[in-house]
Amino acid sequence: MAKYLLIESRDPFDSTDSQYFAELVQGIAKRGNEATVFLVQNGVLPARKGSKYNTVISDLIKNKVKVVADRFSLKERGIRQLAEGVDTADTDRLVDLLLEPGTKAIWH
Amino acid sequence: MAKILNIVETAYRGTLEEQDDTILWLTHMLKNAGADIAVLLRANAVNYAAKGQDASGLHFGDSKMTHPPEIDKDVEKMIQKGISIYLVEEDARERGLADGDLLDGIRKIKRQGIPQLIDEHDQVWHW
Amino acid sequence: MASGKTVTVAIMDAPYESANSTTALRIVQSALEKGHNVNVFAYEGAVNLTMKAQAPHPNPVKGTNVEQEAHPTTKDWVASLFKLAKDKGAKLDWVNCGLCVDERGAGDWVEGPRRGGPKDFLDASNASNATLVIPTK
Repeated sequence: MAKYLLIESRDPFDSTDSQYFAELVQGIAKRGNEATVFLVQNGVLPARKGSKYNTVISDLIKNKVKVVADRFSLKERGIRQLAEGVDTADTDRLVDLLLEPGTKAIWH
Repeated sequence: MAKILNIVETAYRGTLEEQDDTILWLTHMLKNAGADIAVLLRANAVNYAAKGQDASGLHFGDSKMTHPPEIDKDVEKMIQKGISIYLVEEDARERGLADGDLLDGIRKIKRQGIPQLIDEHDQVWHW
Repeated sequence: MASGKTVTVAIMDAPYESANSTTALRIVQSALEKGHNVNVFAYEGAVNLTMKAQAPHPNPVKGTNVEQEAHPTTKDWVASLFKLAKDKGAKLDWVNCGLCVDERGAGDWVEGPRRGGPKDFLDASNASNATLVIPTK
């Protein structure tokens, strides 16, 4: 089992390619790997409570993927309420995750 | 004078380093130069109409960002200046933005109303 | 205090064009704050981040002069990150891709970065605890 840190900077409203990334994360998790998705920049937009794409987030969480949203990106966009199960963190946590032994980091 | 409609869809692209959204800034400058100009916020740019955007607090070593972008305030100033700011209602709703989340003075239109809005302007600049 | 750990980050975006460059610098900042060494491989437009000739400007929309506007420049941010590394006893090794620099005429940069190439990136990655590639879109 490997650890993956998957950093999503794109959002499903602007980039259909974010669907690819969600599928990739699901595939990684289903292989028994430990996966954390870190949402950053416009990548946090689907995490706002009430967003059309909350289900993308809940589907990840159902498959034991940890979903973390960058606090600064949330604040910058005035996002105060989050979809259920989304944790928040700053880039110092991102660095900690990056440096966990055996972690593969992928930015999208 | 030609009536201009600026359609803005890209959001938060380099806004931190620019301290502004460059198209909103350009619109403001053009208005100051005498243009008859309006803005349509669509796609992710609908978030520019959200209240409470706060990009403060960034620092890199000793360099503190003392004047972060204040896009909500920029939009408010544009409205005060007489620039009509339209927003695509469905795009806001899909992003979880309720009416109470939006700045006062924003003019909501439905997607099906965009062709009429375009018809009402002489030049349409889709950025 | 230095942690002895090293992170390598590759970046591609030009300054003032994308949110990626700010986020990349935030990550470098956080890593240095924790005392980690950081290698940066600035590729393509990212070599412009350190260009010395960047200058702040006033903002006619807000009616502010240069001092009031306090417009940030990425070269100042990078220079501050070098100072932070020194304060933390960590090493920031910033490599600007030489060929990318030449084609952009971006060779005059602030103190700190050095000229290099893909092999520097490979060597840095091999010697690091973690590598993060931040592509352009």
